[in-house]
Amino acid sequence: MAELFPNLSIAYGEIFLALGAMVLLMVGVFKKDSVNLVSWLSVAFMAIALFLTIGAGAEQQYTFSNLFVADGFTRFMKILVLVAAALAVIMSREFFRLEGDNRFEFPVLLVLATVGMMIMVSANDLMSLYMGIELQSLSLYVLAAFKRDSERSTEAGLKYFVLGALSSGILLYGCSLVYGFIGSTNFSSIATALSNMGDGNAPIGAVVGLVFVLAGLAFKVSAVPFHMWTPDVYEGSQTPVTAFFAVAPKVAALALLARTLYVPFGDMSGSWTQVIMFMSIASMLLGSFAAIMQTNIKRLMAYSSIGHVGFALLGLIAGTSGGLRGLIIYMTIYLVMNVGTFVCIMSMRRKEDGMVEDIKELSGLSQNHPALALAISIFMFSLAGVPPLAGFFAKWYVIIPIVTQGHFVLATIAVLASVVGAYYYIRIVKVMYFDDQVEGFLPQKSFPMKIIVTLAAVLIIAFIVPQISTPILESATAAAQGMDPN
Amino acid sequence: MMLEIGIEHYLTVAAMLFTLGVFGIFLNRKNVIIILLSVELILLSVNINLVAFSSYMGDLVGQVFTMLILTVAAAEASIGLAILVVYFRNRGSIAVEDIHLMKG
Repeated sequence: MAELFPNLSIAYGEIFLALGAMVLLMVGVFKKDSVNLVSWLSVAFMAIALFLTIGAGAEQQYTFSNLFVADGFTRFMKILVLVAAALAVIMSREFFRLEGDNRFEFPVLLVLATVGMMIMVSANDLMSLYMGIELQSLSLYVLAAFKRDSERSTEAGLKYFVLGALSSGILLYGCSLVYGFIGSTNFSSIATALSNMGDGNAPIGAVVGLVFVLAGLAFKVSAVPFHMWTPDVYEGSQTPVTAFFAVAPKVAALALLARTLYVPFGDMSGSWTQVIMFMSIASMLLGSFAAIMQTNIKRLMAYSSIGHVGFALLGLIAGTSGGLRGLIIYMTIYLVMNVGTFVCIMSMRRKEDGMVEDIKELSGLSQNHPALALAISIFMFSLAGVPPLAGFFAKWYVIIPIVTQGHFVLATIAVLASVVGAYYYIRIVKVMYFDDQVEGFLPQKSFPMKIIVTLAAVLIIAFIVPQISTPILESATAAAQGMDPN
Repeated sequence: MMLEIGIEHYLTVAAMLFTLGVFGIFLNRKNVIIILLSVELILLSVNINLVAFSSYMGDLVGQVFTMLILTVAAAEASIGLAILVVYFRNRGSIAVEDIHLMKG
Protein backbone atom coordinates (compact mmCIF):
# COMPACT_ATOMS: atom_id res chain seq x y z
CA MET A 1 0.00 0.00 0.00
CA ALA A 2 2.85 2.31 -0.84
CA GLU A 3 1.38 5.67 -1.73
CA LEU A 4 2.30 7.16 -5.10
CA PHE A 5 3.37 10.41 -3.50
CA PRO A 6 4.11 10.45 0.24
CA ASN A 7 1.97 12.54 2.56
CA LEU A 8 4.46 15.25 3.40
CA SER A 9 2.21 17.30 5.64
CA ILE A 10 3.08 15.44 8.86
CA ALA A 11 6.82 15.87 8.20
CA TYR A 12 6.72 19.59 7.38
CA GLY A 13 8.70 20.43 10.51
CA GLU A 14 11.63 18.19 9.57
CA ILE A 15 11.55 19.17 5.90
CA PHE A 16 11.48 22.85 6.75
CA LEU A 17 14.32 22.57 9.24
CA ALA A 18 16.48 20.49 6.86
CA LEU A 19 16.04 23.07 4.10
CA GLY A 20 16.57 25.82 6.66
CA ALA A 21 19.93 24.33 7.67
CA MET A 22 21.10 24.57 4.06
CA VAL A 23 19.87 28.16 3.78
CA LEU A 24 21.74 29.00 7.00
CA LEU A 25 24.89 27.41 5.63
CA MET A 26 24.65 29.50 2.46
CA VAL A 27 24.01 32.69 4.41
CA GLY A 28 26.96 31.93 6.65
CA VAL A 29 29.33 31.21 3.79
CA PHE A 30 28.43 34.07 1.47
CA LYS A 31 27.69 36.88 3.91
CA LYS A 32 30.57 38.28 5.91
CA ASP A 33 30.27 38.44 9.74
CA SER A 34 26.85 36.88 9.68
CA VAL A 35 27.13 34.80 12.84
CA ASN A 36 24.50 36.83 14.70
CA LEU A 37 22.15 36.70 11.74
CA VAL A 38 22.63 32.94 11.32
CA SER A 39 22.08 32.32 15.03
CA TRP A 40 18.84 34.27 15.31
CA LEU A 41 17.63 32.89 11.97
CA SER A 42 18.23 29.39 13.29
CA VAL A 43 16.16 30.19 16.38
CA ALA A 44 13.42 31.56 14.13
CA PHE A 45 13.55 28.45 11.94
CA MET A 46 13.22 26.23 15.01
CA ALA A 47 10.25 28.30 16.15
CA ILE A 48 8.60 27.84 12.74
CA ALA A 49 9.39 24.12 12.82
CA LEU A 50 7.77 24.04 16.26
CA PHE A 51 4.56 25.50 14.88
CA LEU A 52 4.63 23.14 11.89
CA THR A 53 5.09 20.20 14.29
CA ILE A 54 2.20 21.34 16.46
CA GLY A 55 0.12 21.88 13.35
CA ALA A 56 0.69 18.29 12.22
CA GLY A 57 -1.85 17.23 14.85
CA ALA A 58 -1.85 14.47 17.42
CA GLU A 59 -3.56 11.83 15.30
CA GLN A 60 -1.42 8.78 14.51
CA GLN A 61 -0.34 8.99 10.86
CA TYR A 62 2.32 7.24 8.80
CA THR A 63 4.15 8.41 5.71
CA PHE A 64 7.20 7.63 3.54
CA SER A 65 6.11 3.97 3.15
CA ASN A 66 5.58 3.67 6.92
CA LEU A 67 9.15 4.73 7.68
CA PHE A 68 7.94 7.82 9.49
CA VAL A 69 5.25 8.18 12.13
CA ALA A 70 3.66 11.20 13.73
CA ASP A 71 1.37 11.04 16.75
CA GLY A 72 0.77 12.77 20.06
CA PHE A 73 3.92 11.29 21.56
CA THR A 74 6.25 12.37 18.73
CA ARG A 75 4.67 15.82 18.79
CA PHE A 76 5.34 16.31 22.49
CA MET A 77 8.91 15.00 22.30
CA LYS A 78 9.70 17.11 19.23
CA ILE A 79 8.48 20.19 21.07
CA LEU A 80 10.90 19.39 23.90
CA VAL A 81 13.78 18.81 21.45
CA LEU A 82 13.12 22.03 19.55
CA VAL A 83 12.80 24.11 22.72
CA ALA A 84 16.04 22.65 24.10
CA ALA A 85 17.89 23.29 20.83
CA ALA A 86 16.62 26.86 20.47
CA LEU A 87 17.60 27.63 24.07
CA ALA A 88 21.06 26.16 23.43
CA VAL A 89 21.56 28.54 20.49
CA ILE A 90 20.40 31.52 22.55
CA MET A 91 22.73 30.56 25.43
CA SER A 92 25.64 30.08 23.07
CA ARG A 93 25.45 33.66 21.74
CA GLU A 94 26.64 35.28 24.94
CA PHE A 95 29.25 32.56 25.54
CA PHE A 96 30.89 32.82 22.13
CA ARG A 97 30.79 36.62 22.22
CA LEU A 98 32.75 36.62 25.47
CA GLU A 99 35.13 33.92 24.22
CA GLY A 100 35.75 35.98 21.08
CA ASP A 101 35.24 32.82 19.02
CA ASN A 102 32.28 33.52 16.77
CA ARG A 103 31.75 30.97 14.03
CA PHE A 104 28.48 30.54 12.19
CA GLU A 105 28.93 26.76 11.93
CA PHE A 106 27.70 26.31 15.48
CA PRO A 107 24.01 27.08 14.87
CA VAL A 108 24.09 25.25 11.53
CA LEU A 109 25.41 22.05 13.11
CA LEU A 110 22.94 22.43 15.93
CA VAL A 111 20.04 22.71 13.49
CA LEU A 112 21.24 19.62 11.61
CA ALA A 113 21.51 17.68 14.87
CA THR A 114 17.98 18.80 15.69
CA VAL A 115 16.67 17.49 12.37
CA GLY A 116 18.33 14.17 13.20
CA MET A 117 16.68 14.11 16.61
CA MET A 118 13.25 14.84 15.15
CA ILE A 119 13.71 11.94 12.73
CA MET A 120 14.76 9.72 15.65
CA VAL A 121 11.61 10.64 17.54
CA SER A 122 9.46 9.89 14.48
CA ALA A 123 11.29 6.76 13.34
CA ASN A 124 9.02 3.82 12.56
CA ASP A 125 11.58 1.59 10.88
CA LEU A 126 15.08 0.39 11.71
CA MET A 127 16.35 2.32 8.68
CA SER A 128 14.90 5.68 9.69
CA LEU A 129 16.04 4.96 13.25
CA TYR A 130 19.61 4.52 12.00
CA MET A 131 19.55 7.52 9.67
CA GLY A 132 18.16 9.77 12.41
CA ILE A 133 20.74 8.61 14.95
CA GLU A 134 23.58 9.11 12.51
CA LEU A 135 22.49 12.59 11.39
CA GLN A 136 22.33 13.55 15.05
CA SER A 137 25.57 11.84 16.07
CA LEU A 138 27.71 13.07 13.19
CA SER A 139 26.70 16.66 13.98
CA LEU A 140 27.33 16.13 17.68
CA TYR A 141 30.83 14.68 17.12
CA VAL A 142 31.81 17.90 15.37
CA LEU A 143 30.15 20.05 18.04
CA ALA A 144 32.09 18.24 20.79
CA ALA A 145 35.37 19.06 19.02
CA PHE A 146 34.17 22.55 18.13
CA LYS A 147 37.00 24.41 19.85
CA ARG A 148 39.54 23.00 17.50
CA ASP A 149 42.63 24.62 19.05
CA SER A 150 41.88 23.16 22.49
CA GLU A 151 43.34 19.83 23.52
CA ARG A 152 40.44 19.04 25.80
CA SER A 153 37.74 19.83 23.28
CA THR A 154 39.34 17.79 20.48
CA GLU A 155 39.98 14.94 22.90
CA ALA A 156 36.29 15.05 23.87
CA GLY A 157 35.35 14.93 20.19
CA LEU A 158 37.69 12.03 19.50
CA LYS A 159 36.44 10.00 22.46
CA TYR A 160 32.84 10.69 21.57
CA PHE A 161 33.46 9.74 17.97
CA VAL A 162 35.23 6.44 18.68
CA LEU A 163 32.69 5.22 21.23
CA GLY A 164 29.76 6.62 19.23
CA ALA A 165 30.89 4.83 16.07
CA LEU A 166 31.29 1.59 18.04
CA SER A 167 27.79 1.95 19.48
CA SER A 168 26.34 2.62 16.02
CA GLY A 169 28.06 -0.55 14.82
CA ILE A 170 26.60 -2.58 17.68
CA LEU A 171 23.16 -1.10 17.04
CA LEU A 172 23.40 -1.96 13.34
CA TYR A 173 24.50 -5.51 14.01
CA GLY A 174 21.40 -5.86 16.18
CA CYS A 175 19.25 -4.37 13.40
CA SER A 176 20.64 -6.89 10.89
CA LEU A 177 19.82 -9.80 13.22
CA VAL A 178 16.31 -8.51 13.86
CA TYR A 179 15.80 -8.08 10.13
CA GLY A 180 17.06 -11.58 9.40
CA PHE A 181 15.18 -13.44 12.11
CA ILE A 182 11.89 -11.54 11.98
CA GLY A 183 11.91 -10.68 8.29
CA SER A 184 11.24 -6.95 8.33
CA THR A 185 12.75 -3.69 9.44
CA ASN A 186 9.42 -1.93 9.85
CA PHE A 187 8.24 -1.41 13.43
CA SER A 188 4.61 -2.22 12.65
CA SER A 189 5.54 -5.38 10.71
CA ILE A 190 7.92 -6.52 13.46
CA ALA A 191 5.13 -6.03 16.01
CA THR A 192 2.69 -8.07 13.90
CA ALA A 193 5.23 -10.84 13.27
CA LEU A 194 6.11 -11.08 16.96
CA SER A 195 2.49 -11.15 18.12
CA ASN A 196 1.80 -13.95 15.59
CA MET A 197 4.65 -15.95 17.08
CA GLY A 198 3.00 -15.74 20.49
CA ASP A 199 4.39 -14.87 23.88
CA GLY A 200 7.97 -15.96 24.54
CA ASN A 201 8.34 -17.74 21.19
CA ALA A 202 10.50 -15.11 19.50
CA PRO A 203 13.50 -16.66 17.70
CA ILE A 204 16.72 -16.51 19.71
CA GLY A 205 18.37 -14.47 16.93
CA ALA A 206 15.75 -11.77 17.38
CA VAL A 207 16.36 -11.70 21.13
CA VAL A 208 20.12 -11.32 20.57
CA GLY A 209 19.41 -8.63 17.99
CA LEU A 210 17.16 -6.76 20.41
CA VAL A 211 19.87 -6.84 23.08
CA PHE A 212 22.40 -5.39 20.60
CA VAL A 213 19.93 -2.66 19.58
CA LEU A 214 19.33 -1.87 23.26
CA ALA A 215 23.08 -1.64 23.88
CA GLY A 216 23.43 0.84 21.01
CA LEU A 217 20.53 2.95 22.25
CA ALA A 218 21.76 2.80 25.86
CA PHE A 219 24.96 4.41 24.66
CA LYS A 220 23.00 7.28 23.14
CA VAL A 221 21.09 7.93 26.38
CA SER A 222 24.32 7.29 28.38
CA ALA A 223 22.85 4.60 30.62
CA VAL A 224 25.25 2.43 32.63
CA PRO A 225 27.15 0.29 31.47
CA PHE A 226 27.50 2.41 28.30
CA HIS A 227 28.10 5.73 30.04
CA MET A 228 31.94 5.84 29.92
CA TRP A 229 32.07 8.65 27.38
CA THR A 230 29.68 11.01 29.20
CA PRO A 231 31.90 12.59 31.88
CA ASP A 232 34.84 13.13 29.53
CA VAL A 233 32.75 14.58 26.72
CA TYR A 234 30.77 16.84 29.06
CA GLU A 235 33.94 18.12 30.69
CA GLY A 236 35.94 18.63 27.52
CA SER A 237 33.29 20.26 25.33
CA GLN A 238 32.53 23.95 25.53
CA THR A 239 29.78 24.79 28.00
CA PRO A 240 26.97 25.63 25.50
CA VAL A 241 27.72 22.34 23.74
CA THR A 242 27.52 20.50 27.05
CA ALA A 243 24.25 22.27 27.83
CA PHE A 244 22.88 21.02 24.53
CA PHE A 245 24.26 17.47 25.00
CA ALA A 246 22.70 17.22 28.44
CA VAL A 247 19.16 17.79 27.23
CA ALA A 248 18.08 17.47 23.60
CA PRO A 249 19.89 14.25 22.54
CA LYS A 250 18.74 12.53 25.73
CA VAL A 251 15.12 13.49 25.13
CA ALA A 252 15.29 12.25 21.54
CA ALA A 253 17.10 9.02 22.37
CA LEU A 254 14.74 8.21 25.25
CA ALA A 255 11.75 8.84 22.98
CA LEU A 256 13.29 6.50 20.40
CA LEU A 257 14.05 3.90 23.07
CA ALA A 258 10.47 4.10 24.35
CA ARG A 259 8.99 3.61 20.90
CA THR A 260 11.40 0.79 20.04
CA LEU A 261 10.52 -1.09 23.20
CA TYR A 262 6.78 -0.45 23.22
CA VAL A 263 5.81 -0.73 19.55
CA PRO A 264 7.91 -3.36 17.70
CA PHE A 265 9.17 -5.30 20.71
CA GLY A 266 6.16 -4.86 23.00
CA ASP A 267 5.52 -8.62 22.80
CA MET A 268 9.07 -9.34 23.91
CA SER A 269 8.77 -7.30 27.11
CA GLY A 270 9.79 -10.36 29.10
CA SER A 271 13.19 -10.19 27.37
CA TRP A 272 13.85 -6.49 27.71
CA THR A 273 12.32 -5.58 31.06
CA GLN A 274 15.19 -7.14 32.98
CA VAL A 275 17.79 -5.44 30.79
CA ILE A 276 16.17 -2.03 31.29
CA MET A 277 15.78 -2.72 35.00
CA PHE A 278 19.50 -3.45 35.33
CA MET A 279 20.46 -0.34 33.34
CA SER A 280 18.10 1.80 35.39
CA ILE A 281 19.36 0.60 38.78
CA ALA A 282 23.01 0.78 37.73
CA SER A 283 22.57 4.29 36.29
CA MET A 284 20.82 5.61 39.38
CA LEU A 285 23.46 4.18 41.71
CA LEU A 286 26.45 5.22 39.61
CA GLY A 287 24.97 8.67 39.06
CA SER A 288 24.62 9.09 42.82
CA PHE A 289 27.90 7.63 44.07
CA ALA A 290 30.38 8.62 41.36
CA ALA A 291 29.31 12.27 41.45
CA ILE A 292 30.28 12.63 45.12
CA MET A 293 34.02 12.84 44.37
CA GLN A 294 33.77 15.29 41.48
CA THR A 295 35.31 18.74 41.66
CA ASN A 296 34.46 19.95 38.15
CA ILE A 297 30.88 21.14 37.90
CA LYS A 298 30.41 20.02 34.29
CA ARG A 299 31.67 16.56 35.19
CA LEU A 300 29.29 16.56 38.12
CA MET A 301 26.42 17.43 35.79
CA ALA A 302 27.47 14.51 33.58
CA TYR A 303 27.10 12.04 36.45
CA SER A 304 23.91 13.79 37.46
CA SER A 305 22.52 13.28 33.95
CA ILE A 306 23.46 9.57 34.09
CA GLY A 307 21.50 9.30 37.33
CA HIS A 308 18.51 11.12 35.86
CA VAL A 309 18.46 8.81 32.84
CA GLY A 310 18.26 5.93 35.32
CA PHE A 311 15.15 7.51 36.84
CA ALA A 312 13.60 8.18 33.44
CA LEU A 313 14.14 4.52 32.47
CA LEU A 314 11.99 3.53 35.47
CA GLY A 315 9.04 4.78 33.44
CA LEU A 316 9.76 2.18 30.76
CA ILE A 317 9.93 -0.72 33.22
CA ALA A 318 6.29 -0.25 34.21
CA GLY A 319 5.39 -1.01 30.57
CA THR A 320 2.15 0.93 30.93
CA SER A 321 0.81 4.17 29.59
CA GLY A 322 1.26 5.62 33.08
CA GLY A 323 4.96 4.74 33.02
CA LEU A 324 5.38 6.40 29.64
CA ARG A 325 3.60 9.46 31.01
CA GLY A 326 6.09 9.49 33.90
CA LEU A 327 8.98 9.41 31.42
CA ILE A 328 7.51 12.32 29.45
CA ILE A 329 6.96 14.43 32.57
CA TYR A 330 10.44 13.54 33.82
CA MET A 331 12.10 14.70 30.61
CA THR A 332 10.07 17.93 30.55
CA ILE A 333 11.10 18.88 34.09
CA TYR A 334 14.66 17.64 33.50
CA LEU A 335 14.89 20.01 30.51
CA VAL A 336 13.85 23.02 32.58
CA MET A 337 16.22 22.17 35.47
CA ASN A 338 19.21 21.49 33.24
CA VAL A 339 18.79 24.53 31.03
CA GLY A 340 18.61 26.71 34.13
CA THR A 341 21.65 25.07 35.71
CA PHE A 342 23.76 25.45 32.60
CA VAL A 343 22.89 29.14 32.22
CA CYS A 344 24.19 29.54 35.79
CA ILE A 345 27.33 27.55 34.98
CA MET A 346 27.96 29.84 32.03
CA SER A 347 27.89 32.80 34.42
CA MET A 348 30.98 31.38 36.18
CA ARG A 349 33.41 33.62 34.38
CA ARG A 350 36.18 35.90 35.65
CA LYS A 351 37.91 38.66 33.82
CA GLU A 352 41.40 37.15 33.69
CA ASP A 353 40.70 33.40 34.03
CA GLY A 354 37.82 33.19 31.56
CA MET A 355 35.42 30.31 32.26
CA VAL A 356 35.98 28.57 35.60
CA GLU A 357 34.48 25.16 36.22
CA ASP A 358 35.69 24.15 39.66
CA ILE A 359 33.05 23.83 42.38
CA LYS A 360 35.47 25.62 44.77
CA GLU A 361 35.04 28.77 42.70
CA LEU A 362 31.41 28.97 43.87
CA SER A 363 32.63 29.44 47.42
CA GLY A 364 30.81 32.27 49.16
CA LEU A 365 28.80 33.07 46.06
CA SER A 366 25.82 34.15 48.15
CA GLN A 367 27.73 37.27 49.23
CA ASN A 368 29.01 38.22 45.77
CA HIS A 369 25.96 37.33 43.68
CA PRO A 370 22.93 36.59 45.87
CA ALA A 371 20.55 36.21 42.92
CA LEU A 372 22.80 33.72 41.10
CA ALA A 373 23.35 31.76 44.31
CA LEU A 374 19.60 31.63 44.91
CA ALA A 375 18.95 30.41 41.35
CA ILE A 376 21.62 27.69 41.62
CA SER A 377 20.17 26.61 44.97
CA ILE A 378 16.70 26.28 43.47
CA PHE A 379 18.04 24.16 40.61
CA MET A 380 20.16 22.00 42.92
CA PHE A 381 17.28 21.34 45.34
CA SER A 382 15.07 20.52 42.39
CA LEU A 383 17.65 18.16 40.83
CA ALA A 384 17.96 16.48 44.22
CA GLY A 385 14.20 15.97 44.27
CA VAL A 386 13.35 18.05 47.32
CA PRO A 387 9.62 18.82 47.60
CA PRO A 388 7.83 21.09 46.77
CA LEU A 389 10.05 21.78 43.74
CA ALA A 390 9.39 20.32 40.29
CA GLY A 391 12.18 17.74 40.53
CA PHE A 392 10.26 16.00 43.30
CA PHE A 393 7.18 15.60 41.11
CA ALA A 394 9.31 14.30 38.24
CA LYS A 395 10.51 11.46 40.45
CA TRP A 396 7.02 10.98 41.92
CA TYR A 397 5.42 10.37 38.52
CA VAL A 398 7.99 7.73 37.48
CA ILE A 399 8.01 5.91 40.81
CA ILE A 400 4.22 5.66 41.27
CA PRO A 401 3.66 3.47 38.13
CA ILE A 402 6.53 1.23 39.31
CA VAL A 403 4.89 0.80 42.71
CA THR A 404 1.47 0.04 41.24
CA GLN A 405 3.15 -2.69 39.16
CA GLY A 406 4.52 -4.20 42.37
CA HIS A 407 8.23 -3.42 41.89
CA PHE A 408 8.73 -2.42 45.52
CA VAL A 409 12.46 -3.22 45.69
CA LEU A 410 13.11 -1.14 42.60
CA ALA A 411 11.16 1.81 44.01
CA THR A 412 13.12 1.57 47.27
CA ILE A 413 16.44 1.56 45.43
CA ALA A 414 15.31 4.60 43.43
CA VAL A 415 14.42 6.55 46.56
CA LEU A 416 17.68 5.59 48.28
CA ALA A 417 19.72 6.59 45.20
CA SER A 418 17.93 9.91 45.21
CA VAL A 419 18.87 10.41 48.88
CA VAL A 420 22.56 9.73 48.15
CA GLY A 421 22.36 12.05 45.15
CA ALA A 422 20.95 14.80 47.31
CA TYR A 423 24.30 14.91 49.15
CA TYR A 424 26.30 16.26 46.26
CA TYR A 425 23.63 18.65 45.06
CA ILE A 426 23.18 20.14 48.50
CA ARG A 427 26.96 20.27 48.99
CA ILE A 428 27.02 22.91 46.23
CA VAL A 429 24.44 24.94 48.14
CA LYS A 430 26.58 24.59 51.27
CA VAL A 431 29.69 25.78 49.38
CA MET A 432 27.82 28.83 48.11
CA TYR A 433 26.25 29.85 51.41
CA PHE A 434 28.64 28.75 54.15
CA ASP A 435 32.17 28.74 52.72
CA ASP A 436 34.63 31.62 52.64
CA GLN A 437 34.10 34.26 50.03
CA VAL A 438 36.37 34.18 46.96
CA GLU A 439 36.68 36.64 44.08
CA GLY A 440 33.33 37.25 42.38
CA PHE A 441 32.39 36.52 38.78
CA LEU A 442 31.79 38.98 36.00
CA PRO A 443 28.20 40.22 36.27
CA GLN A 444 25.78 38.56 33.87
CA LYS A 445 24.76 41.30 31.46
CA SER A 446 22.94 39.29 28.83
CA PHE A 447 19.20 39.91 28.95
CA PRO A 448 18.16 36.57 27.32
CA MET A 449 20.24 34.63 29.85
CA LYS A 450 18.55 36.40 32.77
CA ILE A 451 15.13 35.73 31.26
CA ILE A 452 15.88 32.00 30.75
CA VAL A 453 17.18 31.48 34.26
CA THR A 454 14.32 33.41 35.86
CA LEU A 455 11.69 31.55 33.84
CA ALA A 456 13.27 28.19 34.66
CA ALA A 457 13.43 28.98 38.38
CA VAL A 458 9.85 30.27 38.46
CA LEU A 459 8.56 27.22 36.60
CA ILE A 460 10.32 24.89 39.02
CA ILE A 461 8.87 26.63 42.07
CA ALA A 462 5.43 27.12 40.57
CA PHE A 463 5.00 23.52 39.42
CA ILE A 464 3.15 22.77 42.66
CA VAL A 465 0.42 25.26 41.67
CA PRO A 466 -2.26 23.17 39.95
CA GLN A 467 -2.96 25.89 37.37
CA ILE A 468 0.63 25.55 36.13
CA SER A 469 1.12 21.79 36.41
CA THR A 470 -2.27 20.55 35.19
CA PRO A 471 -1.82 21.57 31.52
CA ILE A 472 1.64 19.91 31.48
CA LEU A 473 0.36 16.74 33.14
CA GLU A 474 -2.67 16.56 30.87
CA SER A 475 -0.70 17.00 27.67
CA ALA A 476 1.79 14.38 28.91
CA THR A 477 -1.10 11.98 29.51
CA ALA A 478 -2.45 12.64 26.01
CA ALA A 479 1.04 12.21 24.53
CA ALA A 480 1.56 8.88 26.32
CA GLN A 481 -1.79 7.59 25.13
CA GLY A 482 -1.00 8.88 21.64
CA MET A 483 1.74 6.29 21.19
CA ASP A 484 0.61 3.39 23.31
CA PRO A 485 -1.16 0.94 21.00
CA ASN A 486 -2.78 -0.85 23.95
CA MET B 1 32.78 -33.21 -2.67
CA MET B 2 31.54 -29.66 -3.18
CA LEU B 3 30.57 -27.72 -0.11
CA GLU B 4 27.31 -25.86 -0.45
CA ILE B 5 27.68 -22.30 0.82
CA GLY B 6 24.53 -21.37 2.75
CA ILE B 7 23.32 -18.51 4.88
CA GLU B 8 25.03 -19.90 7.96
CA HIS B 9 28.46 -19.48 6.38
CA TYR B 10 27.79 -15.84 5.60
CA LEU B 11 26.50 -15.25 9.11
CA THR B 12 29.59 -16.91 10.57
CA VAL B 13 31.94 -14.75 8.51
CA ALA B 14 30.00 -11.63 9.51
CA ALA B 15 30.05 -12.62 13.20
CA MET B 16 33.81 -13.21 13.01
CA LEU B 17 34.41 -9.84 11.34
CA PHE B 18 32.21 -8.12 13.92
CA THR B 19 34.12 -9.73 16.78
CA LEU B 20 37.44 -8.82 15.20
CA GLY B 21 36.26 -5.23 14.86
CA VAL B 22 35.15 -4.97 18.50
CA PHE B 23 38.39 -6.55 19.73
CA GLY B 24 40.35 -4.26 17.43
CA ILE B 25 38.85 -1.26 19.22
CA PHE B 26 39.45 -2.52 22.75
CA LEU B 27 42.75 -4.39 22.51
CA ASN B 28 44.55 -1.89 20.31
CA ARG B 29 46.82 0.36 22.37
CA LYS B 30 48.81 1.95 19.59
CA ASN B 31 47.02 4.01 17.03
CA VAL B 32 43.64 5.67 16.59
CA ILE B 33 43.69 4.91 12.85
CA ILE B 34 43.42 1.21 13.75
CA ILE B 35 40.24 2.07 15.64
CA LEU B 36 38.79 3.73 12.53
CA LEU B 37 39.66 0.61 10.54
CA SER B 38 37.96 -1.56 13.16
CA VAL B 39 34.81 0.55 12.96
CA GLU B 40 34.73 0.04 9.20
CA LEU B 41 35.16 -3.68 9.76
CA ILE B 42 32.12 -3.72 12.05
CA LEU B 43 30.00 -1.83 9.54
CA LEU B 44 31.05 -4.16 6.71
CA SER B 45 30.20 -7.21 8.79
CA VAL B 46 26.72 -5.75 9.21
CA ASN B 47 26.49 -5.26 5.46
CA ILE B 48 27.39 -8.91 4.84
CA ASN B 49 24.69 -9.93 7.29
CA LEU B 50 22.07 -7.74 5.66
CA VAL B 51 22.86 -8.78 2.10
CA ALA B 52 22.94 -12.46 3.08
CA PHE B 53 19.54 -12.21 4.81
CA SER B 54 18.17 -10.16 1.94
CA SER B 55 19.21 -12.73 -0.65
CA TYR B 56 18.06 -15.63 1.54
CA MET B 57 14.59 -14.17 2.08
CA GLY B 58 14.24 -12.68 -1.40
CA ASP B 59 13.47 -9.32 0.18
CA LEU B 60 15.13 -6.17 -1.15
CA VAL B 61 14.92 -4.10 2.05
CA GLY B 62 18.20 -5.51 3.36
CA GLN B 63 20.07 -4.32 0.30
CA VAL B 64 18.52 -0.86 0.56
CA PHE B 65 19.68 -0.75 4.17
CA THR B 66 23.19 -1.75 3.03
CA MET B 67 23.31 1.17 0.60
CA LEU B 68 22.35 3.55 3.39
CA ILE B 69 25.02 2.11 5.68
CA LEU B 70 27.72 2.43 3.00
CA THR B 71 26.87 6.11 2.50
CA VAL B 72 26.75 6.92 6.19
CA ALA B 73 29.99 4.98 6.80
CA ALA B 74 31.77 7.23 4.29
CA ALA B 75 30.49 10.36 6.06
CA GLU B 76 31.41 8.89 9.42
CA ALA B 77 34.95 8.05 8.31
CA SER B 78 35.50 11.55 6.94
CA ILE B 79 34.30 13.19 10.15
CA GLY B 80 36.40 10.82 12.23
CA LEU B 81 39.51 11.60 10.22
CA ALA B 82 38.81 15.34 10.44
CA ILE B 83 38.55 15.15 14.23
CA LEU B 84 41.72 13.07 14.28
CA VAL B 85 43.57 15.73 12.28
CA VAL B 86 42.60 18.57 14.65
CA TYR B 87 43.51 16.35 17.58
CA PHE B 88 46.92 15.61 16.09
CA ARG B 89 47.58 19.32 15.55
CA ASN B 90 47.01 19.95 19.25
CA ARG B 91 48.78 16.95 20.73
CA GLY B 92 51.30 15.89 18.10
CA SER B 93 50.39 12.26 18.71
CA ILE B 94 47.55 9.89 17.92
CA ALA B 95 48.65 7.07 20.21
CA VAL B 96 45.70 5.65 22.12
CA GLU B 97 47.54 5.70 25.46
CA ASP B 98 48.09 9.46 25.12
CA ILE B 99 44.36 10.22 25.13
CA HIS B 100 44.00 10.75 28.86
CA LEU B 101 43.67 14.46 29.64
CA MET B 102 40.36 13.81 31.36
CA LYS B 103 39.58 10.84 33.55
CA GLY B 104 38.03 9.83 36.87
